[in-house]
Amino acid sequence: MEGLGNSIKEAAERLLNEGDVDLVIGYERGTTPLRSTPCFIRDSGDVDRLIWDPTCDANLAKYLIGQDAKIGVFVKGCDARSAVVCIAEGQIDRDKVVLIGLPCSGVVDRKKIDSVLDGREILDATVDEEKITVRGEDFEEELPTKNFLCDSCLSCRHRTPTVYDIMIGDTPTEEPDTDEYAEVDELESMTAEERWAHFVEELSSCIRCYSCRNVCPMCYCKECFVDETMPAWFGKTNDLSDTMIYHIVRSLHLAGRCVDCGACSRSCPMGIDLRTLLKKGEKIVKERFSFEAGMDVEEKPVMSVFKQEDSEEFVI
Amino acid sequence: MEQGSVSKKPAVVEEWEPRIIAFLCNWCSYAGADLAGISRIQYPPNIRVVRVPCSSRVSPYFIIKSLQRGWDGVLVSGCHPGECHYISGNLIARRRFAVLKDMLEYIGVEPDRVNFSWISAAEGERFSKLVREVVEKVKALGPAHRLVKGE
Repeated sequence: MEGLGNSIKEAAERLLNEGDVDLVIGYERGTTPLRSTPCFIRDSGDVDRLIWDPTCDANLAKYLIGQDAKIGVFVKGCDARSAVVCIAEGQIDRDKVVLIGLPCSGVVDRKKIDSVLDGREILDATVDEEKITVRGEDFEEELPTKNFLCDSCLSCRHRTPTVYDIMIGDTPTEEPDTDEYAEVDELESMTAEERWAHFVEELSSCIRCYSCRNVCPMCYCKECFVDETMPAWFGKTNDLSDTMIYHIVRSLHLAGRCVDCGACSRSCPMGIDLRTLLKKGEKIVKERFSFEAGMDVEEKPVMSVFKQEDSEEFVI
Repeated sequence: MEQGSVSKKPAVVEEWEPRIIAFLCNWCSYAGADLAGISRIQYPPNIRVVRVPCSSRVSPYFIIKSLQRGWDGVLVSGCHPGECHYISGNLIARRRFAVLKDMLEYIGVEPDRVNFSWISAAEGERFSKLVREVVEKVKALGPAHRLVKGE
């Protein structure tokens, strides 16, 4: 990733100067260590704010929904797939967006870094593909980046954007051979009682802040089912059934649409493992309908179509 | 409030009977249930029928909400594939139900609580058989607890 700093700035500058886009969305340095924040650039003089490193974790496809301006957006493999899903669903106009592909080898999971620091506060950090250097009041530690990547990145199959207009750098990097459904398979091998106990334990800490929903590019409904009051489908309480139903229905809504970008898990303040739930939806759709989300802008959303020969072994 | 310590429990404890909500499509399954009725075919009285225009009218919300409200079982039935009054409603519904059923099972809800079937308007006999089968299965599971609000 090193040395791409100039390429991304040049690409953004060119797009803005030539009038191809009105706005470039990328990443800039956040206000706290190990944080980046989305950056909106309208003036080519501001392109120096742009950065690209393994802290650039936000899924920028989120900001393309419902926009009229012509937008150039930096996308990792997963962000590009999110954008493709939104284009296929008619939420983003393909002609109004320039996808600038980034070569990604994974983004860091700050929760994993915090877990090895025993509560010591990071005051400054530098990150590259090889190592993360964290500095605090009276310590400095070097951590290998590959051990602190997000779970989604560790089994990511699409590091190269599936669809892009401009590609920065070389199309990357080897893709891992780990089993992307390992956690799901492990749960499936348990009994129904054990699975229920697992999800009760995992989801009962949910505080219904909805940050998982708000950060997700696929959650673009003008009114979410949990906010609806007429009819009020499900309660807004922290009764276990209400919380579990929120997560079940969200994973149903995302089945065949989620691209496992990991944004929801990263944003969760309670550290809930949302991935095993969403990954199951992905697996169901892959096994039943041979569909993978975000591969082709022309492909119809999987749950809005059918085949005569769809399996119906569950019908009695 | 009533005074005294007299228990209001009935003298004979009735055997638990499951309550099952059945979403039946207007064109096939509801008519199939109707045929069972006019033909005087017996089936257990545990189901409460909700008539819907098409099986694709049945949102996963209906099913999950039913479970949350404490229904012990859910039955959804529509026209056989290829015979939908609206051409392909049941085929769209089939995909949706497949994902819902897999997902509920994954969470740990007993798979037999939620049942899907195709019943045509001519299948009164089969409808009564289906209801008996579903009631048997839900009876074997006992009262619902998972996803029930307040439990």
